[in-house]
Amino acid sequence: MIDRIIGRIKRVNGPVIEVMGITDAEMFELVRVGEENLIGELIKLEKDSAVIQVYEDTTGIAPHDPVYGAGMPLSVELGPGMIGTIYDGIQRPLEAIRAISDIYIQRGISVPSLDRQKRWHFVPTARAGDTVSGGAVLGTVQETENLQHKILVPPGDEGVLESIVAEGDYTVDEPIGVLKINESKSKELQLMHRWPIRVQRPTRRRLPLEIPLITGQRVIDALFPVAKGGTVSIPGGFGTGKTMTQQAVAKWCDADLIVYIGCGERGNEITDVLAEFPSLIDPRTGRSLMERTILIANTSNMPVSAREASIYTGITIAEYFRDQGCHVAIMADSTSRWAEALRELSGRMEEMPAEEGFPAYLPTKIAEFYERAGSMEALCGQNGSVSIIGAVSPPGGDFSEPVTQHTKRFIRCFWALDRNLANARHYPAISWLDSYSEYLSSMTAWWEQEVGPQWFADRTEIMELLHREIRLQQVVKLVGPDALPDTQRFILEVCTLFKNAFLQQNAFDKIDAYSTVQKQAKMMHIIATYWRRGSEAIKSGATLMKLKKMKVYQDIVKMKFSVPNDDLSGLDKIEARLERAMDQVEALHA
Amino acid sequence: MPDAKNSRLLSGREYIGVDKIDGPLIFVRKTHPVGYRELLECVDKNGHVRLGIVLESSTTAVVAQVFEGTSGLTLPGTRVRFSGEPLTLSVSREMLGRVFDGLGRPIDGGPPQRGDVERDINGMAINPTARQYPRDFVQTGISVIDGMNTLIRGQKLPIFSGNGLPHNELAAQIARQAKIRGTATEFAVVFAAMGVKHDVAQFFVRSFEESGVLDNVALFLSLADDPSIERLITPRTALTLAEHLAFTEDMHVLVIMTDMTNYCESLREISTIRGEIPSRKGYPGYLYSDLAELYERSGMIKGRPGSITLLPILTMPNDDISHPVPDLTGYITEGQIVFERDMNGRGIYPPVAGLPSLSRLMKDGIGQGMTREDHPHLASQLFAAYSYVKDVRNLASVIGEEELTPLDHDYLEFGKQFEQRFVSQRKDEDRSIEQTLDLGWEVLRTLPVEELHRVTDEEIEKYYGA
Ligand SMILES: Nc1ncnc2c1ncn2[C@@H]1O[C@H](COP(=O)(O)OP(=O)(O)O)[C@@H](O)[C@H]1O
Ligand SMILES: [Mg+2]
Repeated sequence: MIDRIIGRIKRVNGPVIEVMGITDAEMFELVRVGEENLIGELIKLEKDSAVIQVYEDTTGIAPHDPVYGAGMPLSVELGPGMIGTIYDGIQRPLEAIRAISDIYIQRGISVPSLDRQKRWHFVPTARAGDTVSGGAVLGTVQETENLQHKILVPPGDEGVLESIVAEGDYTVDEPIGVLKINESKSKELQLMHRWPIRVQRPTRRRLPLEIPLITGQRVIDALFPVAKGGTVSIPGGFGTGKTMTQQAVAKWCDADLIVYIGCGERGNEITDVLAEFPSLIDPRTGRSLMERTILIANTSNMPVSAREASIYTGITIAEYFRDQGCHVAIMADSTSRWAEALRELSGRMEEMPAEEGFPAYLPTKIAEFYERAGSMEALCGQNGSVSIIGAVSPPGGDFSEPVTQHTKRFIRCFWALDRNLANARHYPAISWLDSYSEYLSSMTAWWEQEVGPQWFADRTEIMELLHREIRLQQVVKLVGPDALPDTQRFILEVCTLFKNAFLQQNAFDKIDAYSTVQKQAKMMHIIATYWRRGSEAIKSGATLMKLKKMKVYQDIVKMKFSVPNDDLSGLDKIEARLERAMDQVEALHA
Repeated sequence: MPDAKNSRLLSGREYIGVDKIDGPLIFVRKTHPVGYRELLECVDKNGHVRLGIVLESSTTAVVAQVFEGTSGLTLPGTRVRFSGEPLTLSVSREMLGRVFDGLGRPIDGGPPQRGDVERDINGMAINPTARQYPRDFVQTGISVIDGMNTLIRGQKLPIFSGNGLPHNELAAQIARQAKIRGTATEFAVVFAAMGVKHDVAQFFVRSFEESGVLDNVALFLSLADDPSIERLITPRTALTLAEHLAFTEDMHVLVIMTDMTNYCESLREISTIRGEIPSRKGYPGYLYSDLAELYERSGMIKGRPGSITLLPILTMPNDDISHPVPDLTGYITEGQIVFERDMNGRGIYPPVAGLPSLSRLMKDGIGQGMTREDHPHLASQLFAAYSYVKDVRNLASVIGEEELTPLDHDYLEFGKQFEQRFVSQRKDEDRSIEQTLDLGWEVLRTLPVEELHRVTDEEIEKYYGA
C-alpha cells in the first residue's frame, strides 16, 4: 500500500531518525521506515531533510534505508468495534498482535485497528436526498447492550446523500452510502472513518459545566467534585495512590464510556484492569464494566515515541464518542511519562531545553491536551462531554516541578496525594488541605436537588473543622493535647472520626468501594450531627470520654462497611440512635 | 562465543583505525551503513577482542560504546568489525551452577558455554494481554515482609538500602527461605552483580553453597574492578537467561541484582560523555524508560508455568529516597522494601522501615484461602497504629514522655513491641505466616480495643481476645 519513497535515512539516534533527500512529504505524515516497515511520523520538515519519530524499536535500522510515505497523517480508525478493546499507543489492537507474535510484541506488525471481517447490524436513519454535513448521524449500530453507536458523516464533509444502504449487516469498510460533495466530486461513506490524532474534532459550541461526574469516591464527590467535561490533575509520588484512584473512578463513575490510557506505566496494571473489569458489574447498567471501557496501553517498556502519541490516540477516540452524545471520561496514567517522552524526543532532536530538560513548548502541549476536554453541543445536535483525569508523577514527590506546575495552570480540579496519608495507609490519600475544585460552586445546585439543601451546610461545616484542626494540631505538637480545653479537643476527635469514617475508603471492600451520593450525604450528615450535638453537650458539661464511649460511635466508624448502597435504612437507624444518645447525655447535664 | 557468530563477524568488513576515543565511546567515520544497536568487535593492537554496540549511526560516522572499556586502545591501531546483528546471548539450562562475566562469558574455568537458543539481550516488550497477573503468596519467613509487605511470585520488589546496611543478608535470607507453600517447583536463582566488591559476590556464593542450591544458581559478575561500562549489559544478560529459564524451561526464577545504583551511574557516565541534556542530578531523561525495560521483564505469562521474581538492590545516595535512582525505581517496581539506618543502629534486623515500604501486589495474594482471612485488615491496622507511633514519638521528644496521655503511652509500648518482636528476627529465623500473623495480634494487644478501627468485630473476637 505504501510504496512512495520520500527519502533515505541519514542518521539514527534511538527513535529519532533524520532523513535526507526528501522530495515530497507532508508534516505529520505517517511513514514506514526500512525494510521492516516500522511505523513512524514525520515531525519536522526542512528543505530536503526531515525528522521522523519511529513508534517501534529501531534496532538494526541503518543509514540509506528507505522511508516510505503514507500520504496521510497519523490517524485513528473510528467506528464500531473499539469498545472492550485494548490498543497500543498508535491504536494497534494488542490481542490481534498477540495472535500473530505471541507473548512479545514484535516489530513491523501491521493489523487494522478495527476488525475488517466482523459485520455490524446497521440501521440507517438518514435518507437518500438528505443534505448532510460533518457530524450528522447516518444511522446506528447497537454495539453493546447499552451503547448505541451512531455512525457519523466525517467532520469536514458536506453534501447531498446520494444513496444509503438498507438496514443490514456490514463490515466497517464496506460502502454504506455515497455523499455527493459537488457536481464533480462524490465520496463513499463507510461505518468507519479516520481522524488525525493531533487535530481536535469540531463541535458546535462549548456548554457550561454544571453536572458533576459522580465517582462514588466520597472525598472526591463530597469535597472536591469534578464536573462532566471537567479537567483534573492527580499528582503524587510513587505509591501514593494515583493508579488506584484512577481505577476506582474508571470503575464507578457515571460516565457512559471510559478511555483508560496506561501511558508509560506498569504492564501488570493493565493486566489487572483486563482481568478485573470484565467481571465487575456497572451498578447503573447491570452490565460488565468492560462493555464501557476502551484501553490504550503503552507500558513503560514499550517504545517511548508511541507514548507521546498514546495520549492523542485516547483523546481522539473520546471525542468521537462525545460527538455521538456520550459522556466520556479519560484516565491518563501518567501524563508525566508523556511529558518525559516529549523531553526525550526533543533532546534527541537537539532542541534547546527549558526547565529540567523539558522543551519550551511543554506548557503549550499540556494546555492543548486539556483544552480538548469539555461539555459540548456536538455537530449532530446532541450534548456530550469529555472529562480528563490525568495523573502526574512528580520526581521525588515534589510538586514544584515543571509538569505539575504547568498542569495546574490548565486544570480546574486538583486532587493532591499526600505521602504522609499514604504512609499511614489512609486511602485515598487525597489531601483535604492541598486539593481544590473550582467546580464546587457550580455543582451545588445539582447536589441540593439530588439530596436536599442540608448537604452544602454539612459540607461547609466539616471543611471548616478540618481547617481549624490544622491550627490545633500545631498547638498539640508543642504542648500536648492535654493543654487544650475539651471544646477544642472535641474538634480533633470529630476530625479523626470524619477521616476514619468518611474520607478513608477501601477500594478492596465490596460495600465500601463506592458510595452513592445519597449514602455520602447521609454519612456526612450523621458526622455533622455528632459534631453539632456533641459540642452542645460539652458546653453543658459532658466529658469527651463520654462522647467517645457512646455505643453508637463504633457504629458510625463502621457505617461505611455495614450499610450497603441499595438499602440506606441502616444509616437512618444510626442517626436516630445518635440523636437518642445525645438526648440522654443532655438530660444528664440539664 | 559460538562459532556461528564468529564467522558472521569475520564476514563483516573491518575498519582499521578509529577517529576519536572519548571515555568508553569510539567514533568511526566512513563506514558502510551500520545498524542502530548493532554489535561490534573492537580489536586492539595486541589482537585482544572487545565487544561494543552502536549508539548512533549516520551517513558520516558511527558512535559506539565498548563494554570492556577503551583503555589501551589507540586511534590508528584499533580495528573495528560490525556484526550486522544486535548483541545476543546463547542461553541454556546448563548455565545454572556456573559463573559468567557481565557479558555472559564463563569465568569459572569450566568449558565454554554452548546454548540452545540465541536471544537478543535487550529482550522485547511483553504484550500486556499475554501477562498473567501475579497472585501467589511467597512465604519468605520474614515477618515484616510476609505480614506487611507480602512478596508475590512474579513481582518486582526492590530493596532500597544504604551503604553498610544488611541488604545482602536480607536478599540472601529471602533466596534461602522463599517458598510457595504446598508446592514443590523447579526453581533457579540468577544473580547479577554490578560494580560491587568481590566479597559481596563471595558472600552470596557462600550463602547459596550453605543452603545447597548452588547448582541452581547462575552468577553474572561485573565487579567493582571491571570496566564500569560492562555494568550496562550485565542485568540484560542475566535477565535474558532468566527469561529463557522461566518462559521456555518453565522454572520459577528469582533474579537478584545488586547494586542498581552502580548501573545507573554507568548510564549517567555514557550520557554525560555524549553531551545529552540531563534531567535531575545529571541522570539522563531516559533513565526511567531504561530501568523499566529491565524491570518489566519480570512477571508471569498466561499458559506458562514459570515466573520471574525480581529483587533488585540499590543503595540510596545519602539515604535519600527522593534521589533519582530510588525515586524512578519506585515508580516502576511493584513496591519497595525500604531500610532505615536508625533502626539498624538500634540493632533491629531486618531494619525495614514500616511506613515507606509497600508491596503493591499483596492485595490479591493475601487473605482467605491464600494466607489467612484476617491478614488484610491486620496489616492495615498495624500500619495505621505504627504511623501514629511516629507522631507520638515526635510529640514525646517535644513535651517529654511524662506529659503523654495514657493512650499515647500505650502507643509507645506498641511501637516498641512491634519493632522488637514483630519486625526484629534472626538472620536464620524462618517464621510461618501463621506465626507472623499471631505475633501481629500479640503486639496489637498493647492497644485498647477501641483503637482498632480497621479490623472487624469477628476478627477482634477470634484473634485479639475480647
Ligand atoms: N483507595 C485505596 N484503597 C486501598 N488501597 C489503596 C488505595 N489507594 C492506594 N492503595 C494502596 O497503595 C498502593 C499504591 O497505589 P497506586 O495507586 O498504585 O500508587 P501510584 O499509582 O501513585 O504509584 C496500592 O498498591 C494499594 O496497596
Ligand atoms: Mg501508578
